[in-house]
Amino acid sequence: MTPTLTGTKKVVTGNHAVSYGAMLARVQVISAYPITPQTQIVELLSEMCANGTLRAKFIKVESEHSAMAALVGAASAGARTFTATSAHGLALMHEMLHWAAGARLPIVMANVNRAMGPPWSVWTDQNDSLSQRDVGWMQVYCESNQEVLDTVIQAYKVAETVLMPAMLVLDAFVLSHTAEQIEIPDQALVDRYLPPYQPVYKLDVSDPRSFGALAPPDLYMELRYKMHKAMEDALTEWARADEEYYELFGRRYGLIEPYRADDADLILVTSGTVTSTARDVIDELRAAGRRVGLLKIRVFRPFPAQLVREALANAQKVAVIDRNISFGMGGIFAQEIKSALYNAPDRPLIFGFVAGLGGRDITPTVIREIIEYTESRDEPEDLIWVGVKR
Amino acid sequence: MIEVRFHGRGGQGAVVASEILATALFKEGKFVQAFPAFGVERRGAPVMAFLRFDDAPIRRRCQIYEPDHVVVLDPTLLLAVDVTAGLKPHGTILINSDSPPESFTALQKFLVATVPAGEIAVAHNLGTRTNPIVNTAILGAFAHLTGFVHLETLLEAIAEKVPERQRERNQAAARAAYEAVKIMERSAL
Repeated sequence: MTPTLTGTKKVVTGNHAVSYGAMLARVQVISAYPITPQTQIVELLSEMCANGTLRAKFIKVESEHSAMAALVGAASAGARTFTATSAHGLALMHEMLHWAAGARLPIVMANVNRAMGPPWSVWTDQNDSLSQRDVGWMQVYCESNQEVLDTVIQAYKVAETVLMPAMLVLDAFVLSHTAEQIEIPDQALVDRYLPPYQPVYKLDVSDPRSFGALAPPDLYMELRYKMHKAMEDALTEWARADEEYYELFGRRYGLIEPYRADDADLILVTSGTVTSTARDVIDELRAAGRRVGLLKIRVFRPFPAQLVREALANAQKVAVIDRNISFGMGGIFAQEIKSALYNAPDRPLIFGFVAGLGGRDITPTVIREIIEYTESRDEPEDLIWVGVKR
Repeated sequence: MIEVRFHGRGGQGAVVASEILATALFKEGKFVQAFPAFGVERRGAPVMAFLRFDDAPIRRRCQIYEPDHVVVLDPTLLLAVDVTAGLKPHGTILINSDSPPESFTALQKFLVATVPAGEIAVAHNLGTRTNPIVNTAILGAFAHLTGFVHLETLLEAIAEKVPERQRERNQAAARAAYEAVKIMERSAL
């Protein structure tokens, strides 16, 4: 059941939204190893490759490490490349993630957020992707199937401009296996937005060059500086890519998105699908006259620190929901937000909540309790475990 | 917003049923969300699937705990699972069963409907006598019971979601179940 039409609306799962995004981006090389809850992404792509809907090479491999290694080779040769994984698969790629970033290869990957074992879990949390925070990949957290599809296409635009790899992230089951209507953009429009990848340097026997050479101490640091500059440039490029996308397709998401936060005393900070449910809760509390707002963090790497500072400048209290835990410290988004705000002249009180690990449901009730807890306290707290049995 | 919960056994097609119904509702202009109970499934074990629909975009992204409607694809689940858990007062429960709705005495505070979906599936060569695939039949009954979608739209959605060689059999089963559903007298509520 592969697509024959674009520019249409249909009901698809988050996983298949990823597949359609990769199809529309006209990826040329896909290499992947199956893992729940990601498998459906590459299943559909393999069908598209088999029946000719997508003219791409699908390389079957024996592990995720090899999947990423294959893409490093293919991207070095100038191909537009794609893979998808989850949890232990992402962890197994770790070495090659560094390689892709250090080699400045614009590989795009979907990671379906799944909790790490042991104990075994197939359900969602962010510890898999956040464990790869410092490898030099951009990370973008999505809240709807439409955003998932649109982000695949935007990710190539940005990655191929700044020459850094990009990972889009979607919650296991809550998005990956949830079907909802999306618009599948018209292929001709996507082609206008995303022309073929034109690498500056590539593996080419007629133009031989050395790749992955030794960098002595007097050069290595400069290459790391350039990677960091590329990530800083990516902040501008994500904004630009998002605007251009809006002009053609009528949808944009921002690097962050404040929601009813202008005059809010308390701002809730979320990522992923929690954002979507939180919008309902914020509307309901606003209707009851409460001055509460929401800040969605979409682009996590590069971290849009200045935008976050501006968005939170007028709040008295900030409640961060982390679906992850850095053992011995606390929620990772909360750490990043505190770090971004530390040198700001006026800082809100920050409350860090850890909730929903291993797929525990984050319902409107859970979100209301987090807001009420924050409203009722005068002293900030670094780490509050939500609903944990002790 | 309307919320529906499907109870089935792994392999009966409860998840596909929720996606077919979502597609039909989408065709009639609704915003929809269909998803399985988050987790792992085994053939024969109790499974659940969910559906939300509304006139406005759906932003709530968590499981459904207080459904408006429950659909039971396998009557033996009534002995194994609390299928009415959280079901709203005066909610409907549609059961794949040969028995009349009035025979489910423990469920009489809900609007009970039954349809012999297993027999209908077997008659249309869907699955086997011991393991009939009842999902499209039960959707036909659900369409009649609730009036949420027109039968014709449901048949279109079935055509999109099932493999071509099974299309007509599934559509015929849905049509037969649409006619065969038995609904408890509302005055009994």
